[in-house]
Amino acid sequence: MEWADDIYAAFKDAGINQVAYVPDAGHKRLINACIADNDIQTVSLTTEEEGVAVSAGAWLGGDKCVLLMQSSGVGNCINMLSLTETCRFPFVTFVTMRGQWHEFNPWQMPMGTTTKLALETAGLLVDEVDDPNDVGPRAAAALHKAFVGAQSTALLLGQRLVPVKTFGK
Amino acid sequence: MSERAEQFPLHRRDVAKTLLQARDDMLIVTGLGSTNWDFTAAGDQPRIFPLWGAMGGAVPIGLGLALAQPHKRVMVATGDGEMLMGIGALATVAVNAPKNLAICVFDNERYGETGMQTTHTASVTDLALTAKGLGIQDADTITDETSLKAHLDTITGADGPIFRVIKVRAEKLDFVLPSKDGVHLKNRFRANLLGEGAL
Repeated sequence: MEWADDIYAAFKDAGINQVAYVPDAGHKRLINACIADNDIQTVSLTTEEEGVAVSAGAWLGGDKCVLLMQSSGVGNCINMLSLTETCRFPFVTFVTMRGQWHEFNPWQMPMGTTTKLALETAGLLVDEVDDPNDVGPRAAAALHKAFVGAQSTALLLGQRLVPVKTFGK
Repeated sequence: MSERAEQFPLHRRDVAKTLLQARDDMLIVTGLGSTNWDFTAAGDQPRIFPLWGAMGGAVPIGLGLALAQPHKRVMVATGDGEMLMGIGALATVAVNAPKNLAICVFDNERYGETGMQTTHTASVTDLALTAKGLGIQDADTITDETSLKAHLDTITGADGPIFRVIKVRAEKLDFVLPSKDGVHLKNRFRANLLGEGAL
């Protein structure tokens, strides 16, 4: 899970000062690093679509925000992404994947297998990574695409990157 | 079905004008859709960001903005239907407790853009009580001119988060529309707040 530190380093390089998130096992290490950072305001959400809107508000006020979520949360965001598309906000999200690699929970499959399609349909540029050594460079590229290239973008962090969840079965 | 909202004394266009004029440096987010027309009628300007979609997004946009600009007063003005669609955002606001954020819900107990169908506030839902339950302690309901005047200083200046339901008359009014161009609305807001260099 050291790749999370590489994403955090990319956040610092890009000047990220707000991080909105829904608590998530895959993002736990990154979220905790952001919470511990006094220069980053963390916003714990009740649902992922709030984070799309928080990101837009942050940009209106001159901040740079990132949304952290799990693939199941992508479906919650679809209509709110019309905000980033219509107004061309530089939105960026890092999505930990479920439904890919040793998934034990069939309820994670519908969103997990369609996350990329859903985000692309909503107008985002989507990149994927499951090599831990490549997470840092791809994270930096996603942030650059958003805040320098003015694009809406998502980086999908493959399920192979996170410990297999079993609920003891 | 309740018809009481047709008798509420406050008119939404007057309320918007009163709020807009109460403080000339507030940053304002207005929700889909009637509050957009109210604030455009009161005086369209770059410090207002009106939403033509993204229903349920007004409050979390206000939150991101308030966190980015802690020394500016931020006000979200939205309707009861828009507020209900993103009601969980009030808990998110409460947890983050931005002192500079005020939320005003223009509550006519109707979905104005779809044919004035009643919202849940027409019968059973109390939004101020809901806001309190979700953690915004300074939450109240305004029902007339005297009470609006009494709450103005709080809305525009007291330590937040502040939540006010303003019961306004259910009435069909002329459309007074802001620009629909989201890129323009975003850019004019940022240029006004952050300078032309932000574009």
